[in-house]
Formats: sequence, structure tokens, C-alpha cells
Amino acid sequence: MRALLKTHPREAALLAAIAVLFLLPLGGVAGFYSAGNLRNLAIDNLPVLLAAAGMTVVIVAGQIDISIGSQFVAGGIAAGLLAKAGWPMPAVAAATLALGALLGALNGVLVTVARIPAIIATLATMVLLRNGVLRATGGDWIQDLPAGFQWFGLAPVSAPVIYLGVAGAVFAVAAWALRHTAAGRAFYAVGCDHEASRRVGLNPARRVVAAFVVLGVATAAAALLNYTRYPTIETNGGLGFELKVIAAVVVGGTAITGGRGSLLGTLLGVVLLGSIGTVFTFLHVNPAWEKAIQGAILLAAVVADTAFGRRREGGAA
Amino acid sequence: MLSLRHIAKTYPGARALRGVELELRAGEIHALLGENGAGKSTLIKVASGVVQPDPGAEIRLGDTVVENATPRRMQELGLAVVYQNPTLFSELSVAENLLLGEDGPVISWRRRAARAREMLTRIGAELDVERPVGTLRMAEKQLLEIARALGRRARVLILDEPTAALAQQDADRLLDLVEKLRAEGVAILYITHRLEEVLRIADRFTVLRDGAWIGVYPRAEVDRARLIRLMAGRELAEMFPKAGARIGEVALETRGVGHAPSGVSDISLSVRRGEILGLAGLVGAGRTELARVLFGLAPATEGEIRVDGRLVGIREVGDALGLGIAYVPEDRKEHGVVEALPIVENISLAVLRRLGGAWLDEGAEEKLASELSARLGVKAASIHVAAGTLSGGNQQKVALARWLATKPRVLILDEPTQGIDVGAKAEIHRLMGELVRDGLAIILISSELPELLGLADRIAVLRRGRLAGVLPAGEATREAVLHLAMEGGGA
Repeated sequence: MRALLKTHPREAALLAAIAVLFLLPLGGVAGFYSAGNLRNLAIDNLPVLLAAAGMTVVIVAGQIDISIGSQFVAGGIAAGLLAKAGWPMPAVAAATLALGALLGALNGVLVTVARIPAIIATLATMVLLRNGVLRATGGDWIQDLPAGFQWFGLAPVSAPVIYLGVAGAVFAVAAWALRHTAAGRAFYAVGCDHEASRRVGLNPARRVVAAFVVLGVATAAAALLNYTRYPTIETNGGLGFELKVIAAVVVGGTAITGGRGSLLGTLLGVVLLGSIGTVFTFLHVNPAWEKAIQGAILLAAVVADTAFGRRREGGAA
Repeated sequence: MLSLRHIAKTYPGARALRGVELELRAGEIHALLGENGAGKSTLIKVASGVVQPDPGAEIRLGDTVVENATPRRMQELGLAVVYQNPTLFSELSVAENLLLGEDGPVISWRRRAARAREMLTRIGAELDVERPVGTLRMAEKQLLEIARALGRRARVLILDEPTAALAQQDADRLLDLVEKLRAEGVAILYITHRLEEVLRIADRFTVLRDGAWIGVYPRAEVDRARLIRLMAGRELAEMFPKAGARIGEVALETRGVGHAPSGVSDISLSVRRGEILGLAGLVGAGRTELARVLFGLAPATEGEIRVDGRLVGIREVGDALGLGIAYVPEDRKEHGVVEALPIVENISLAVLRRLGGAWLDEGAEEKLASELSARLGVKAASIHVAAGTLSGGNQQKVALARWLATKPRVLILDEPTQGIDVGAKAEIHRLMGELVRDGLAIILISSELPELLGLADRIAVLRRGRLAGVLPAGEATREAVLHLAMEGGGA
């Protein structure tokens, strides 16, 4: 534990915070620890977790994407419409993921080829995409989905477990790849310094586009796992999704300036921010406090980063 | 091993290199010498493929004649450059910096750490390979760059001022390392301002001056004095208007002033009304740092500053402005003009408070800006066009106008004519003459020796953050200034 504190202070702090949070309901409300509740908590946070994995890659590469809320709802609607059109579910999933890749690539190209700062480029695609969704659906929710759409036709009892297993496996592989493959490490290099990357033979623009594509696919996957849980699809979904995701990534210790971050940290960030609401419900705390506490945690994380970063600078001088 | 022949490089409006030759043998340490702006940097850029030379050049590396050199191609052929400011990934670990892009698609961190340790051992460096590079000292970063270059099996190693930011002990270790690499057959091109270093280790010397090739000399044929003469050459036949101003009371005086974080220490200087004090020194000698101290950007950590004989404290820019000190910084684009703002707002920026109270008196602002831009001869369609649209020379005049608007008594000019055309340069020189005639005291920082020699009444020479000496105009020659500026000169 002491070693962890030294090498991974952020992860250690998050683990401690999560432990405290999960111990709070011990004071009487046992229902919190029921398997059913914990499973619901996990499945509720699954979309944010997947998108946050992709967002970690984008932020590590020195970029940002605020259009993922729109991408998220677009993915859900695309999946719903295709399913209604009679496509088999595997094809629906593949097409939704491909759409995600395409939307990510669009953002990447705007940033690298058109040289638009990421926050502006993705602000534009955020607005365009949401508008496109409204036009395409007329604002109506998508209903009367085929029977095989919900839970991919799996039994409602086992489906959440399977979702968790699949997402967990994908996340674990991604965490490994980001640390142990040259392609993964290239995102860190590019996020650190374009010029230095170029000098070791990397193509920064290509890596940046790749990062946006990874996020696009991750967001589409998140949409699939989210929207197949319900019998209808809301066309105004995904509002504020990007903020939840970015907050979790930053709380997880990824430097907003790029070059530093880990998926383990992101996982902990998602668990911490995503559990507060449920814990508060069980404690009968006014839910208005949830956002306030989340904001305070985000602020604490950023302050910790600056303090830590300053120490680094000092060491370099 | 590396041969560059008939190298010329013309930039729009300036010839950076002409007829330069360079031949580098395996197992040789070859020194490349020249003053600031002699063309050394451009030559390295040509050698490493960053810049394309004019047609007619021939670049040969080993047995390969290289056409259309790119950084990638030169690197593949075994050429590595270690720049003065290392280009490393500060967030990533030592091991990763050494091996990024060198191992296969799947990374074994254990094997990486082992290889990184091996590479560091080869150059005799002991570093924790897990540490983020951002936490390393400058000397350690230099070593890391060298280890990385050698790890790529470099046959030609170009070291650009590798010891400029190092303390003596670290510098000595680095020189030992360079000699060891020579013994291993690496061809080394060594660029430095520290003559003692190259006199100690170099086998041959190539000297550049004003972009021209002066010659190549074996170690036996040169000594310190001869190298300085070769670098300085004849006086350039340039005319500068001598001020002819009456020199009055001491306007600004420093006693033992220093700023520890930037390595400036124990500077005692004075400048009088009507006087131009030149500040000479090599890049990194502490000239800009001293200016920042005087302007309150980096408040002095030692010594005292007197203005008009009165002891003053300059802790922030406001203090300096209140005392009538103005500073026109070196980097126009970065700190000088605000490119997006029109000329008029650029000029009034430092005196907004004086132009009325809570509400700005726009009439007065306009009047001030038109007068000053007319006086300085700013060439623009109107004073309402954005400063970013102006030429370098006119931007510099705008920057100057802003600080003249503060009615300063002491004006610090940092490289005021760098990168601007001859005409604008002459106008700025003429203006400086006028200003000292009006009783202003000017501190002029310039890397162009002829400019300093032509304009300054006295030249203070800094070396490694300390005052190496002050030369009156009568005694200031190119040789004398260079002698003081170089390591090992008299103090």
C-alpha cells in the first residue's frame, strides 16, 4: 500500500475515497450492498466507462472531444432505426460502431487537416450532430423496436452480467494495449510534444486522428450498451454526457495538457463520480448535493495536478 | 564521413550561408565556430535535413550522396543532432524516451528498462530509468539525448552548444564522454562558444563569419587569439549615426545586482542621461535576464538598484514604469506587439491609465498614437490597422512607440533590430540618436557587434551571468569584446 502511494498517488487517493464512499451506507441502509443494487450501479456507469476509456486516449494525445454526447445519441438512434428496418442485431452493432469511427475520424480530420482547435471543432460537430438527429427523427422517440433489440435478445436476467463481462474485458484489453503496445504509447508521445514525436519518426497528425477514431468507436459501443437496455430511444439523450466523461477522466489523473494518464485511473474516476448519486439516495441526502460533491472532487483533482505539476517544474529547473 | 560542399542558403532578403564547406572524418572531433548569427545554426539545419540548401550543394554521408535530405533520411543514414534545448518527452520516463519507436509493436517494460540501463551505462550515466524526464536536471537531459542518439547507431553526432546550460563539473563529464566517443570512431561536430572546450578536445576547426566560410584549421595551427581573430575578421563598413549627445547625470545604477534563478549575479553597472550603454555577451550570457531584473519581470534577489541616485525597489513592472524605466523586449511576436490589436491600441497600451480616468479619452489616445507613429515613421495605411499586418521593422517601431509613450527616462532595447530590414534598422538607429540627444539613457542589448560598436558610448560585456568587463567606445573593438565574452578571457 505504501509503495502504491508513492508510485501511484492518484490511484491510491481515489481508492481511499471510493472505500470511504462505499462504507458510508454501512450506517443502517443494507440495501445498498445487495447484488441487485451493485449490478444496477455498475450497469448504469458502463456507458460512461467505455466512453471515458476513449476520452482518456484523446486527452492523453493532447486533444479534447466535447461532441461525444451528440455522438452517443446519434449512435443509439442509428442502432434503433437500423433495427427497425429489419437489420439483424450483429449488423446493427457493426454499423453503429462504424458510424462512431466515422464521426471520430471527422473530428480528427477537422483538428489535424483543417487545423481547427479541438474544442472548437468538436463544439461545431456537437451542435451539427444534435441538430441532424432532431431533423432525422423530428424529435420523436423511437418506439416499437423489434423484440431482439432490447438486451440484444438476451434474457433480461443474464444480459446485464454479460454486458458487464464484455465491457470489462474490452476495457482490460484497452488498458493493457495503451501501456504495452507501441501504438498505445505513441498517443502519449504525441500528447507530450509534437516536434519530439516527429523526431522519433511518428506522424502526429495520424495519431491524433486515430485517437478520435478510438473515442468514436468507444462512444458508439457505449451507446449500444446503453440504448439496448430500454424499449424506447429518447432522441434528446446524451445531454451532458461529455462533461461526465471528461470529469471522470480528469479526476482519474489524466493530465488535460496531454501525455499523462492511465485507464486504471479513469476506471477509478468513473467509479467514484458515478457512485456518489446512488450512495446519497440510500442515505436520503438531498440529491442536489451530488453535483456539488462531484464538482468539489473535480476541483480537488485539478488542484492536485497543478501542485504536482509545479513540483515537477521545480525539479526540472 | 560527412561532407558538405558548396553550401549556400538564401532566405528572402538575407543570405544566411554562402560557399560553406565542411568535412567531418570518422573518429574526429570537429569544432564549428563563429559569432552569433555567423550561420552555424543554419549549417546544422542543412546537415540534418531540416533546411534545404540552395541548388548546387552536395551532401555526402558515408558513401551515400544525399539528394533532398530530410531529417528522417539523415537519421537513417546515421546522423544525430543533440540540440542545445533537448527535445524530450517530459511526461514520459527515461526508458521510454530512450526507446520510443525503437522496439516492436508489443512492449516489454522489463526489457525496455534493461536496454535503457545498457544505453546509459555505455555513456557512463547513472539514471533511474523509471523517472519522468521532466524531473531531470539539464545535464541529465543532455546525457539522455546523447544516449538516444548513440542508441540509434549514429555515426555522425552533431552537438549544438551541449554545455551551454551546464555547470562546470557536468560540462567536464560531457567532454570526457565526447572524447570517449571519438575513440569509438564516431564523427563529432561540436558547436560551442566556449573556446577552452574545443581547444582542449577538438582536432580541427571550421570557422564561419557572416555566413561565409573562413577556413578549416588543424589544432596545431590555432590558438585562442587566432580563433578570435578569425571569427571577428575585419570591421564591417557600416555607418551608424554617432549620437553627439551631451552625457549627463547617472540615470540608473546597479550595485551587485543579481537574480539567482536565472543565474545572473553581482552586476554593477551604470548608465547616464544621454548615454547609450551597450550590453554584449553570447547567447545565454544573461543580458536579457538582466533587463528583466531592471524592468521588474524577474525582481532582483541580490544587490541594489538606484535611479537618479535614489535607492529603489523594483518588484514588479509597475514599479519600473513608475520610475520611468521602459523595456522593449527581444521577441516582438511573443512579447512586443499585440498582433490582433490596431496600431493605436498597441501604442496606448502602457499608458491607458494616463489617458483619462474610468473612461478612456479616445481623442487623446488617437492624438498620442498619430504623433508617435509619425515621429517613428511607422509605415501603415492607417493607425487603425492591426499591428500583425505590419512588417517586422514597422512592428518594432510600434513596440518602441508604446514605450516612448510612457515618457521613459531609461529605455532598455533588447535586440531592437533583429530580423528587420536595413532601412528600418537605420531609422531605429537614427531614432536612438535623437532620444539620447533629448537626455534619455539607453541600454542597448544586441548580438550584432558592429551595431554595438557603432552606437554605444560604453559596452558592458556579460559572461555566464556575470560582468566580464566594461569597455569605453575608444577601446571597444570586435576582438576586445569577443575576448571578454568568451570563456577564459580577462575579468
